[in-house]
Amino acid sequence: MNKLTVDHADAATEFNKNEARVDWHDETLWFVRTKRDRAVALVPEWEQLREAASQIKNHVLSNMHDLLTQFEANAIRNGITVHWAANGDEHNAIIHKLIQQAGATQMVKSKSMLTEECHLNKYLIDNGIDVIDSDLGERIVQMRGEPPSHIVLPAIHLTKAEVGETFHQHLGTDKGATDPQYLTEAARHHLRDTFLTRKVALTGVNFAIAETGGFVVCTNEGNADMGAHLADVHIAAMGFEKIIPRAEHLGVYLRLLARSATGQPITTFSSHFHRPRPGQEMHIVIVDNGRSRQLGRADFRNSLKCIRCAACMNTCPVYRRSGGFSYHSAVAGPIGSILAPNLDMRQNADLPFASTLCGSCSNVCPVKIDIHDQLYKWRQVLMQEGYGPGSKTVAMKAMATVLESPRLYRMAGKIGRGVLRFAPVTVENRLNPWYNQREMPEPPAESFHDWYVNRKKE
Amino acid sequence: MKVGLFIPCYIDQFYPQVAIATLKLLEKVGCDVSYPLQQTCCGQPMANSGYEHLAGGCNENFVRNFADFDYIVSPSGSCTLHIKHHLHSTHEEDAAAIRSRIYELTEFLTDVMHVSTLDATFPYRVGLHQSCHGQRGLGLAQMSELVVSAPFSKPVQLLNLVNGIELVQLDRRDECCGFGGTFCVTEEAVSAKMGKDRVADHLRHGVNYITGVDVSCLMHMEGILKRANSAVQVKHIAEILTATI
Repeated sequence: MNKLTVDHADAATEFNKNEARVDWHDETLWFVRTKRDRAVALVPEWEQLREAASQIKNHVLSNMHDLLTQFEANAIRNGITVHWAANGDEHNAIIHKLIQQAGATQMVKSKSMLTEECHLNKYLIDNGIDVIDSDLGERIVQMRGEPPSHIVLPAIHLTKAEVGETFHQHLGTDKGATDPQYLTEAARHHLRDTFLTRKVALTGVNFAIAETGGFVVCTNEGNADMGAHLADVHIAAMGFEKIIPRAEHLGVYLRLLARSATGQPITTFSSHFHRPRPGQEMHIVIVDNGRSRQLGRADFRNSLKCIRCAACMNTCPVYRRSGGFSYHSAVAGPIGSILAPNLDMRQNADLPFASTLCGSCSNVCPVKIDIHDQLYKWRQVLMQEGYGPGSKTVAMKAMATVLESPRLYRMAGKIGRGVLRFAPVTVENRLNPWYNQREMPEPPAESFHDWYVNRKKE
Repeated sequence: MKVGLFIPCYIDQFYPQVAIATLKLLEKVGCDVSYPLQQTCCGQPMANSGYEHLAGGCNENFVRNFADFDYIVSPSGSCTLHIKHHLHSTHEEDAAAIRSRIYELTEFLTDVMHVSTLDATFPYRVGLHQSCHGQRGLGLAQMSELVVSAPFSKPVQLLNLVNGIELVQLDRRDECCGFGGTFCVTEEAVSAKMGKDRVADHLRHGVNYITGVDVSCLMHMEGILKRANSAVQVKHIAEILTATI
């Protein structure tokens, strides 16, 4: 089976053809990282909060079944209808059916990465349903026919000028206009009309609380509330790992989430939904889509602790210089690279290698996922299961044969240094990726080993 | 105290002056140092590429060479970290002992030898590259991501003992240089860009030298500097800690 997508390395090479743009992308996200640093430095108990968040989520992972059924029972008691979806297709079909039952052909949606993971928009549009993403960044990329490049800042890859041009084409704003206030105002008018005419609204879920059967949606623009409050039918879609045991645990997660994501103390809106208002229908779709499988992988289960803050993306020196699309997965960056292989090993075998294993991701993670260790472990799994190129396996076997034998190692070292010294053209050429932008090290006549032996003789 | 000197393969072959400086430094602070002659590589090139299962031969060879020492010291944070986390053997007791006895050079000098004076002089502006595996893996210095009360840095503590040295503050004090083992060729575009950006930070602050605890990062930045015909040079921290006028 051939891969359908471009490898991370190839996409990153393309992205790096415009160095000024890479610099801009890197600086933009580094700015978000520094905002995060300033915000967390103001919380002296930050590391204890991370530890608490990690332990609560570990408890959740160990008690998933009980917490989910407790949540379901309480939600039903509150008058919410609960649906279970084993995979993305079931999730999409359930939502389609709910829209049909409401007699609607249109739906307004507020940021949900789960629906990106399940490719809901395409499914609904193919079935004649008009979907409008209502958050500004999501709306921008939707108009452009692109997926989000970042899970919190979906249009972070675009400049103001590019947004202005998109709005000029789709909303009729003045050509060349780049003033953020003007453009935001245009989007607001366009969306207000959408909110007033949609009967069905879909939101994501940040936290579902087992003890209350309620859920919390965190947004900065308030569009989730606008959509849900005006619609006759509110559908909330959640991956099952969004569950937390008690409402008091929000006191841990809400403090961590926005500080980690954007450096804000808290998101502008933390909307608590418990039951439908009179006359409204409320549905929750709880999705597995590979999560049970991940829960069963001892080395990777704690990736399900993720609260989708994207701090690991903002800090990742590779993400900042390769862009979200290079990860060819709904969730990009380091966390995406440990989640995606679970969904499709062949398609995503390149992602755990899109890292230097620098470890910054694990350090910023508010729930202490050992992201870089899992990247290392995924590499082992993927190569052992045969998802690496055959040429790489041959090269690695040869390398191991040389490096495990002191005699072969010394011989190869001597030959290698000799070649570099007397026939540098054999490595200083286009075929050597190192040499493309870097000089080779200058080989010495004598290795340390030889120096040491000679010194002992003297 | 018997100290086994572990010199990573690429230092042995390409940067013997770093190994010599390390040996001299350890001898100067009073260690009885030997270099086991049959050592090769820690196995990290295979392991980080997803072929840890092919590193068994390197592991066994490492154990054969280093089982008999009180301490094993290496001028590389990355290779030390790899041994600490991933060395296993059919002689598992020996492997476990090695894992607990291996130190990167600067942590050995500060934590075990408690070095408080050095007779060294290096009158230049120097930028310290915080190599990720040493810093985040071994905890050689405070990490910019974490909220901790007392900042510390083992390499800086030692560099501050050198006469005449002027350490600069970088804009991004612990960003990765992009070397990343085989990453430097499999992800050439991002790797080289990371290297260029890291070097640019040092150049903005007018350094004469870039130093660090890992030669692999320094080799990467040296490649970038040389391609740009820069006069700035790289020196491993052991070379600076043994420098005289």
